Amino acid sequence: MKISAVVTLKKNVLDPQGKVVSQTLKNMGYNDIINIRQGKYFEIELNETNKEKATKLVEEISKKLLANMVIEDYTINFE
Amino acid sequence: MKSSVIVFPGSNCDRDIAVALEKYKIKNQMVWHAESMLPKSDLVVLPGGFSYGDYLRAGCIASKSPIINDVMEHAKKGGLILGICNGFQILIETGLLPGVLLRNKKLRFVSKNVHLKVINTENKFCLNYKKKKIIKLPIAHNEGNYFADNNTLKNLEDNNLIAFKYSDELGNANSENNPNGSSNNIAAILNKEKNILGMMPHPERVIDPILSGEDGSIMFESIIK
Repeated sequence: MKISAVVTLKKNVLDPQGKVVSQTLKNMGYNDIINIRQGKYFEIELNETNKEKATKLVEEISKKLLANMVIEDYTINFE
Repeated sequence: MKSSVIVFPGSNCDRDIAVALEKYKIKNQMVWHAESMLPKSDLVVLPGGFSYGDYLRAGCIASKSPIINDVMEHAKKGGLILGICNGFQILIETGLLPGVLLRNKKLRFVSKNVHLKVINTENKFCLNYKKKKIIKLPIAHNEGNYFADNNTLKNLEDNNLIAFKYSDELGNANSENNPNGSSNNIAAILNKEKNILGMMPHPERVIDPILSGEDGSIMFESIIK
């Protein structure tokens, strides 16, 4: 089974990289950009067919390693 | 006194800290991160560098090394732990110290000498700073921007767990002399029991009056006291 996890900074944490990307795009003339937050994307291949178990496993590894829960949130998506 | 310096793939200040420890007659051993047994030590040092190329988050992969289990045990028993720069980032990732070290506010690697105000001198690492409370040490990092929620910051301030703050030469700590955007100008923090110190500046680089100065020496004199 393939699952992806997206890790992003929590809303109240300053994201300087996202800010610079957003400002650069505005400078390039993309005036409709309001804000950009930068994150990390993980493609995870699992030896598991049960969706519920797979979700639980990916939640666990997200909390333990992929995300630092002090500053980051994660979302899980199935392909 | 015995110490262990943990060496990770990508550590690059491990030799410097070993020289500093040996100068103060501390019997030091280098310990490879893949070891599972920590030699008998009074002090464990997590050195600066770029362990695992800062993959995922600075210090993150190193914090899952086999040796870290024994380092955690050492911490629990009240043993001394000093994390410098990348070592501080690793301590944060293990959860031994609270908060997080974000990328520098201006998104640039900062390498320069900075003034620091010694806030807490009632711990094993800083006892001798009573005689000199404003010091100058080098910093060299990309992720040194200390961040924590308001409760954690209040707890650090109220319980006097901040060891050093970035300041000017008079000891004023404000945004003008904050090199990386750290909350409350924090440069170094202690755990509640004060046996663990995590710091971004490098004391091991300032232990020789001919080469650099002696503001770092004071820390090693405190440790062996």
